[in-house]
Amino acid sequence: MSLLQVSSLTKSFGGLMAVHNVDIAIEPGQIMGMIGPNGAGKTTVFNLVTGIYKPDSGKVEFGGRSLVGLRPHAIAAAGIARTFQTIRLFPNLTVLENVMSGRDCRSKAGVAGALFRTRAQRTEEQAIRAQAEKHLRFMNLWPSRNELARNLPYGDQRRVEIARALATDPKLLVLDEPAAGLNEHESADLMALIRQIRDTGITVFLIEHDMKVVMGVSDRVMVLDNGEKIAEGTPTEVQANARVIEAYLGRDDGEEMWRRD
Amino acid sequence: MHDLMARIQRIPYLYWALAALAVALLCPLVLDNYLLAVLWQAGIYVLLALGLTIIVGYAGLFQLGQAAFYAIGAYTVAILNIYLDVPIILGMPVAIVLAGVLGYLVSRPILHLRGDYLAIVTIAFGEIVRMLLVNNVFGITGGANGLSDIDNLSIFGFTFNTIIENYYLVLFFVVITIFGVRRLEDSRLGRAWTYVREDELAAEAMGVNTVHVKAIAFVLGSALAGLAGVLYASRISVISPELGRFLESVIIFCIVVLGGTGSIPGVFLGTFGMVVLPELFRVVRDWRDGLVGLAMVLMMIFRPAGLWPSRRVAEELSADEQEASTA
Repeated sequence: MSLLQVSSLTKSFGGLMAVHNVDIAIEPGQIMGMIGPNGAGKTTVFNLVTGIYKPDSGKVEFGGRSLVGLRPHAIAAAGIARTFQTIRLFPNLTVLENVMSGRDCRSKAGVAGALFRTRAQRTEEQAIRAQAEKHLRFMNLWPSRNELARNLPYGDQRRVEIARALATDPKLLVLDEPAAGLNEHESADLMALIRQIRDTGITVFLIEHDMKVVMGVSDRVMVLDNGEKIAEGTPTEVQANARVIEAYLGRDDGEEMWRRD
Repeated sequence: MHDLMARIQRIPYLYWALAALAVALLCPLVLDNYLLAVLWQAGIYVLLALGLTIIVGYAGLFQLGQAAFYAIGAYTVAILNIYLDVPIILGMPVAIVLAGVLGYLVSRPILHLRGDYLAIVTIAFGEIVRMLLVNNVFGITGGANGLSDIDNLSIFGFTFNTIIENYYLVLFFVVITIFGVRRLEDSRLGRAWTYVREDELAAEAMGVNTVHVKAIAFVLGSALAGLAGVLYASRISVISPELGRFLESVIIFCIVVLGGTGSIPGVFLGTFGMVVLPELFRVVRDWRDGLVGLAMVLMMIFRPAGLWPSRRVAEELSADEQEASTA
């Protein structure tokens, strides 16, 4: 059974049909890439899956359980963690504190625990820190753990976001353009890292504009254009697909020449 | 001034706390009853402001109706005491819980909205409470005259009558509140509040139940105001709807903001400026509203994070400034 099963997902904003009848099936342990021209609706799909938007219609099932109507924090607790296209770290907190936020949904202590410092609360606090530190090491961020997130170089901030997402112990990791703004060397490291993450048993769903990254790392690739899925297959299949080429290189409009992506 | 404050802030927190506690404990030896009563009153405001610090400082929510919860605490304990002969010590937990529950009911439906809505709703709630009290709701609030002949707090046969006794009583609650607030700040919940304040959407997406943690902040802050109301009513023994007026809420809000949002020493500095100085100096009292306005303007220009800011809030503000200047 698929880990993530999305069927006939539809969302419109006012008159704009952002996502129309999209089906997605991601198998456990897979790396699924999603590509498409700007404005194709990729991030909207992510926002629908992670509960930031509510779908107009369609189903989102995760491990057999429907996620529609759940708030984002509940979806994170269910096992889907994400990063953002424009980095959304907690800028004035340290890197360690940022990553610790991912442990919140795996922790229990409340007001009483905080006030009375029960044994359970203290054990949990240590575990939160230990888990966060583990993910910092994994993402090669250990040396900068006590820096404020906003003072980190861009590439490191991206890695902090991934570490924070991993700290939630996700079954599915959703990455929104993880290679954006990275240089070639950093992108290559990122690809290795995404494979490593998959090898720990986490399924990965990513949006990426860098074709080298997305074709290099994905097991399957789906293509979105104007809110509709126009193709899906292995990277080789997708690259040879006539509709995909058309979506990317444009029909004979002339104007399409100006598109950057 | 700036250097001096920076140097003062580097002194370890614990030393400050112990020195302040020692001074506070010794105050009754040297101060007369009038000055002790001023400090007692200041202690009540410190409790109110510590509650508001949780809401405004930690969770980053607007709350302009703290005085309403103060009044609710005072009236609850008074009504139980006067009509049902419930001793203050038993009415106290009821009043605290009721203030907390009302805090939850007021905030919960609107917590997912942006901060400004919360400010408006809490102002409105404060006025509703005050008007209900003035209009003698259910015939038990005594209308505009309020209620009188409220017992003093007594526990195990000891009654807190004199100002010295009440001074120590309030000091006791201030100390344990600070202890509790600091523990909350340094906990899963405290971090969650910080995440919400920094980036609510990111916090929610990372699995923080943002509505829940904001509601907890509101409940705790309101409950503390309820406690302050109980302590007030049990010493003064006469209460009126004036307790819950909007100006009181503004004063409490100003204590938090002027002192330094999210900072416990800031609460003391703010209380000193907003409550102690006006009480001691008539000039300050007569001109308080104008002086507060002036202080606010000067603060926003020279020290936007408050007189004694929390490290983190100061960083947030300077980051905003950097962003504004690079944009």
